[in-house]
Amino acid sequence: MNLPRSFQTAALAILVVGILLLALGGYLTPISRVALSPFISAQTWLASRYLAIRDFMTAPRDVALLTQINNQLEAEVSRLQSQIIELQQQNSEMQVLSALLDFARTHSENEYITAAVIGRDISPFLHYVIINRGSDDGLRRGMPVVSSQGLVGRVAAVTADGARVQLITDPDTAINVRIQPSGAEGLLQGSITGDITVEAIPQDASIQTGDLVLTSGLGGNFPPDMLIGQVSGVRQRPVELFQTATVEPVVDFSQLEIVLVIVNFRPVNIAPLIPTPGTP
Amino acid sequence: MAIFLAIPILGLMVIVQSAVFSQVHLLYGTVDLVLLIVVAWAVQERVTTAWHWGVIAGLLTSLATAVPALAIIPAYVLITGMAIYLRRIFWQRPLLAMIAATVIATLITHAISVAALVINGTPIPLIEAFYMITIPSALLNLLLAVPVYALIGDLANWLYPQAIEI
Repeated sequence: MNLPRSFQTAALAILVVGILLLALGGYLTPISRVALSPFISAQTWLASRYLAIRDFMTAPRDVALLTQINNQLEAEVSRLQSQIIELQQQNSEMQVLSALLDFARTHSENEYITAAVIGRDISPFLHYVIINRGSDDGLRRGMPVVSSQGLVGRVAAVTADGARVQLITDPDTAINVRIQPSGAEGLLQGSITGDITVEAIPQDASIQTGDLVLTSGLGGNFPPDMLIGQVSGVRQRPVELFQTATVEPVVDFSQLEIVLVIVNFRPVNIAPLIPTPGTP
Repeated sequence: MAIFLAIPILGLMVIVQSAVFSQVHLLYGTVDLVLLIVVAWAVQERVTTAWHWGVIAGLLTSLATAVPALAIIPAYVLITGMAIYLRRIFWQRPLLAMIAATVIATLITHAISVAALVINGTPIPLIEAFYMITIPSALLNLLLAVPVYALIGDLANWLYPQAIEI
């Protein structure tokens, strides 16, 4: 059967338009899904293989680049960390100096020299620190040493540019103190373990935990009213002549970094005034 | 040469001891680097300058402590002599000599220090000092005895090379 060519063309056009209309109407979606599925699977497989091969070929360059960037970042992190540590240290020093300045302002009657703690006595039986100021800076033996919290000790030996400070926790320490608010007086003593106690407190004195321990100024070795610590315990036995109080120092001696030396205080040597047996 | 080296080495150790190791405690005891070096030097087989090192160590240490120098210097000389004596006894086991000498040297230096302080009028409770300071110090010294012995052994081998018979 030979149909005229124009009829064939018209039939083809109608078929195409029909298919297009069916496609636009969504009636061909199930058929196209079934028909395209093998193609999509094949293309997915091919694309994944291509990407794998491309990654394989380009990966070494990326790793080298990433390694380089990583090294740069690590160096940057290290630099920033060291900067942070330096700033923290400066901040810590600034806080200490600020506290010392406040202390010096509130005790304006004294003249101070700031000194850094550069070492400790190498004997474990003694409690001394070494500071970086000496006789060239005006330091003399016996000068009191304080921190922003309270009394630290006194200068025990001096060289031209360094000094050894005997801490109040040293076993050889003996400081006349007054306990507030009772006003009772006693003798502060250190120990090899660094604990400090007030001995020779009269039995009739009323001492409570939390009372303040201050220098009394008796003996002439320290100025009066310098804070030492708080009473943390009291031992009172009726059979003993005196009572004893353990003291929690206000100064943290393990963290001692910067101290103030009171340079306008001269200790008084009262030894010649103490009567000895046989003298009139 | 070995005598001249003693001053910078022991001087540096005194500084490190004062600035760092004096703040590292076991109970209330601390390690004594200078003592360890003097003992380690004295137990080395070919070393002939042990006495010099002992005296220099005593002198340098006395600058950094409030313990009287009259006690410190004899203490270091005494531990040097003791270490040399132990080296002769344990001549086949120098490490054993080092360990024994470390413990005995700690006891000697502490005993002399305490005696000097007590004579000077410092009240030191002896039993408390022994348990809280001397025993922990001896333990810390023992911990560092072997590495210090190894380091000082290298130094001794460098300064006193072994003679080789051809």
